[in-house]
Amino acid sequence: MSITIRDVSKRFGASVALDGVTLEVPAGGLVALLGPSGSGKTTLLRVIAGLEVPDEGSIHYGEENVTNLPARQRNLGFVFQHYALFRHLSVFENVAFALRVRAWPEERVRERVSELLHLIRMEDFGPRRPSELSGGQRQRVALARALAAQPKVLLLDEPFGALDAQVRQELRQWLRRLHHSVGVTTVLVTHDQEEAFEVADRVVLLNRGRVEQAGAPLEVFENPANSFVMDFLGRVNVFHGRVEAGRLFLGGLEVPCPDNLHGEPRAAAVYVRPHELDIDGEPNGLPSLPARVLHVNPAGPVARVHLAALEGNLTLQVEVTPERWQGLGLKVGDTAYVSPRRARVFLPDYAI
Amino acid sequence: MQLDAPPAELPPAAVPARPARSAPTERRTRAPTSARQDPAVVRWGLTLAAVAVLGVLVVVPVVHVFWEALADGPAVYWNNLVRDPATRHALALTLTVVPIAVGLNLVFGVAVAWAVARFRFPGRSLLVTLIDLPFSVSPVVAGLVFVLLFGPRQGIFGPWLYAHGIKVLFATPGIILVTCFVTLPFVARELIPVLEADGPEEELAALTLGASGWQMFWRVTLPNIKWGVLYGVLLCTARAAGEFGAVHVVSGRITGKTDTLPLRVEKLLQEYRTPAAFAVASVLTSLALVTLGAKAWLERAEASSLLTPDPSAPRGERSKERKDEAA
Repeated sequence: MSITIRDVSKRFGASVALDGVTLEVPAGGLVALLGPSGSGKTTLLRVIAGLEVPDEGSIHYGEENVTNLPARQRNLGFVFQHYALFRHLSVFENVAFALRVRAWPEERVRERVSELLHLIRMEDFGPRRPSELSGGQRQRVALARALAAQPKVLLLDEPFGALDAQVRQELRQWLRRLHHSVGVTTVLVTHDQEEAFEVADRVVLLNRGRVEQAGAPLEVFENPANSFVMDFLGRVNVFHGRVEAGRLFLGGLEVPCPDNLHGEPRAAAVYVRPHELDIDGEPNGLPSLPARVLHVNPAGPVARVHLAALEGNLTLQVEVTPERWQGLGLKVGDTAYVSPRRARVFLPDYAI
Repeated sequence: MQLDAPPAELPPAAVPARPARSAPTERRTRAPTSARQDPAVVRWGLTLAAVAVLGVLVVVPVVHVFWEALADGPAVYWNNLVRDPATRHALALTLTVVPIAVGLNLVFGVAVAWAVARFRFPGRSLLVTLIDLPFSVSPVVAGLVFVLLFGPRQGIFGPWLYAHGIKVLFATPGIILVTCFVTLPFVARELIPVLEADGPEEELAALTLGASGWQMFWRVTLPNIKWGVLYGVLLCTARAAGEFGAVHVVSGRITGKTDTLPLRVEKLLQEYRTPAAFAVASVLTSLALVTLGAKAWLERAEASSLLTPDPSAPRGERSKERKDEAA
């Protein structure tokens, strides 16, 4: 069942939580709503769930307009950030809740609950109380509870936010497999870029109640629509310079910039990811910035190098392979030459 | 009064921690051995002062009530309680008024506490203040207000009701009304902090799982606040049974008709029937002791039901982006 969100706006008093959001979640898709806190992603999820009513716009499940349908009639599963398991009920009864309120016969309830406990690999935990479970187990129970009545839509609010790194990693992969086997249309809210990319097959970036970009993870990472998306998705170096007739000028550096062929010079912000910068011990003929090495972290799959440009007040982050770093033989305090392999230019928004 | 300390927030260790500083340990350590121990004079002086105050103000009167009641033997005590029709009627009236008043306050208290804890609406803080009003108004004044409202000649509603044959003042309905008024805050005050601490997440979860409003209330809300409800009902019952001032004003004190137990005690005293007065008083005192015992049991039962606390899932965590709840 696909979800369509049309021009949805929501205000809380003076603050605007959602500002004309339009979005399509394909049937059976797994979409992540990604954004900083206050971006409206949780509000959007709650509007989809029917826990909030939008001020404007409409929500459709498939062909059906559900904008004014209360949450309990939408046949959905919602997983809360802090699980919201029923404290006074056992794991079994938590999972059975949606079936009990639908007055399923006892026999079928037992069948369905044991099926779900098997799915979350917690067959033996039926009689336990939520307070006796670990965070990861609670999260799985919350998921099983949400899936019990075979919802058309599964909504997850920061599902792994309260878990430690290793459990989070396992649960992400488990969620992907689960989604693959259950196939329910799923929307997930997260502020963690890595999580969104790893779990979802489509990512929606939200900022200040607006959709900044939506697309497949690779698409938004490689072709960010604007400086917010570029900035939000991973580390980035920001340079301020100008573009003129297909050339980009950054201090003494001049690089071709075929996207911007305007004749008159314009101020531009230039974004370069750390791994898109290269370091050399000597000027190698390419346009490059001389910079002093401030700090190196060679541990891990990449060597992270921090440098300060000799001219101007600019620090640079560069990521190179550890082998390359060792080959250069540079030390802290040495001068190196930094050249961009790729740069993205964003002209300032005229709306500002 | 522990009205501001809801049972949910009592540390489970509070009960067993008490006897740790009992007398035998004190006796063995004569001299102060650490910075946390005061000289023996201070310790004994303070302890004795506390025991003396507690003894004079609480223990002696309570024991005295039973002593006086039973002074002429159990047979006379029993006769004093059951042979006097006026006393029997007072007992019956109290047993009628208290359950009705507590029942009404239970429904009102749960409803108002839920509304106040879950929703933001105009007049909400005024409502919270109004709930507390009966605590700050003297019961006698409360009684007078009801006389002004329901007096058969001068009251606002009184003449109309009187004309239609409905007697409120100097009758059971009036007693129930003032008792309700005086005990109004108990259940609501007990539940507001409990509901606020729990937060709306479990209720919202129930709704997303397809529960109707009633199903949500009976299956999720009520089980989560049951200790607070029991506690509020307990305090409410004790207060309702013991109410004197307000009932004194509205009941008209008609012997055998509108006397409740506390009023009956006063009347017996005025008639110089001291043993009978103390016999009735002992019933009220017993009720108080039962209340205390039940309260202690509730706290213990609740503490053990919370023995496995839930550190990683903070209750009452609310979404920053949500100011209101659209039910």
